[in-house]
Amino acid sequence: MSTTPGIDLSLKIVIVDESPVRSAILEEGLREAGFTEVIRIAEMQNLLARIYQIDPDVILIDLENPSRDVLEQMFQVSRIVKRPIAMFVDQSDTASIQASVDAGVASYIVDGLKKERIKYILDTCISRFNAFAKLQEELDRTRNALEERKVIDRAKGILMSAKKLTEDQAYALLRSTAMKENKKIAEIAQSVITAAEMFK
Amino acid sequence: MTGGKRLRIGFIPLADATALMIAVDKGFTAQEGLDVELVREVSWSNVRDKLNIGLFDAAHLLAPVAIASSLGLGHVKVPIIAAFGLGLNGNAITVSPALHAAMKDAAEGDLTDPMVSARALARVVMARRARGEEPLTFGMTFPYSTHNYHLRFWMAAGGVDPDQDVRLIVLPPPYMVESLANNHVDAFCVGAPWNSVAVDLGIGHILHFVSEIFQRAAEKVLAVRARWAEDNPDVFRKLVHAHGRAADFVENPDNRDEVASLLSAPDRIAVAPEVICRTLDGRLKVSPDGSYRASDRYLLIGRNGAARPDPVQAAWLYAQMVRWGQALMSAEALAEAKATFRPDLYDEILGPQQDLPPSEPADRVGAFTGPAFDPDNIAAHLDGWKIRRR
Repeated sequence: MSTTPGIDLSLKIVIVDESPVRSAILEEGLREAGFTEVIRIAEMQNLLARIYQIDPDVILIDLENPSRDVLEQMFQVSRIVKRPIAMFVDQSDTASIQASVDAGVASYIVDGLKKERIKYILDTCISRFNAFAKLQEELDRTRNALEERKVIDRAKGILMSAKKLTEDQAYALLRSTAMKENKKIAEIAQSVITAAEMFK
Repeated sequence: MTGGKRLRIGFIPLADATALMIAVDKGFTAQEGLDVELVREVSWSNVRDKLNIGLFDAAHLLAPVAIASSLGLGHVKVPIIAAFGLGLNGNAITVSPALHAAMKDAAEGDLTDPMVSARALARVVMARRARGEEPLTFGMTFPYSTHNYHLRFWMAAGGVDPDQDVRLIVLPPPYMVESLANNHVDAFCVGAPWNSVAVDLGIGHILHFVSEIFQRAAEKVLAVRARWAEDNPDVFRKLVHAHGRAADFVENPDNRDEVASLLSAPDRIAVAPEVICRTLDGRLKVSPDGSYRASDRYLLIGRNGAARPDPVQAAWLYAQMVRWGQALMSAEALAEAKATFRPDLYDEILGPQQDLPPSEPADRVGAFTGPAFDPDNIAAHLDGWKIRRR
């Protein structure tokens, strides 16, 4: 476990995220960094009430989560919240706002926390968020490749029965057409499938 | 194109982003030589922050958020200007079937009259309290939202204190309908298409168009950082010019089907074109039994001087912030709020304009009750309201 001097590791951190995988990755990162009080919220109903109940020092939320606007209400109803709340690291610190927005994470922090403490939490989250985004990207790429494979296989089948070709010949035909038209094989395969459906 | 620099403009998928979407999708921005990428967002906080820190060059923004940003309320102070209004009105108040029935029973008169409905709400609120029931919950979209102020203005007129007698909560528009269906809220105020979606699902009644509460209520603006407009005067001018053409295009009924079909695209509003047509026509199904209500003021985009930003509207929004304790009254803040709306730039870019047509209210707001709005004496105007924060 790595710790940084000057960081209060007993800070209560809430992660608001509907993606269980990502919030688990974030929680793990924060725990590895030494934070012990990390609470995840995945259910968006009555979000504000839950947050008031937990009474966190820091709230982290995914920028893709529409409930970010719900949190804005915390700045309005100071008579309900016990303490005033400030947003992001510091109102003047646009660099870290930009960094967190770029990474897709927004943070809301309780007023009075030292800037460097929050920066440490935010940095941990940003690197975890980026790691998750990379993972997601790889997953999407694999999934796309798999889809393309399926489309090409179907198109090959259509060509084999319609033109009495072998599998290799069908594939060669798809490939040469793709090269001629400057398109991807999967796109040509998709047009073969579409055309075949129209001729049904 | 624009010297290779692509403009990024943020928006929330709502019918009042129509002029912006048409400006881009119908090619008006391209004809001005602008290369624009529209970025669909999920929250007003995101739109505001990305505009403020420069990730967006411009944005479809709630008019009061633009003013709050200029004043530094609730967030970082970043001066914003709006030289083009994306719409007046367009919101509606939808209530659950149970609340609708209760209000109907309590109403002394026609529930489509906002004063009758506001007083009926007051009676329902009192009856619930007498029975020891939970207060009613109303959903709105953002603390600095027109929806928040519209709901408050209406219910306070009937004697309901929005902070004491009911709960007002922020709900993202995509969650409104579901929250009404599972009784998480009893009513909400939101823009199109969400009211229609609730009615179509049979779980809500449209109680009022906001145009029944105010004849003119500034809703969304094309917002840019004041600094950005100064640094990019030519691009800014072209952007506003394209919007002027788009708004004219949208208001021509002959183009309605094309507009609705462009807006229904998956990366735009993503609802059936027919639902969008209802909004643009101002003819909405208001009840699950199939009854309709029509208004030629339901959503004003380019007609009746709707697109020209009106500092009186900015002053009215600031007055609501003061009334409900979000802002302190000060002459400087009022001046800053008004300076956020720039009819002078609108006229400079789109040509000199006539003043409002005679169809429009003399005080340029036209609330259904209370004294005429006086932007030069907000303190006295607010003293006329019994229910307010101090």
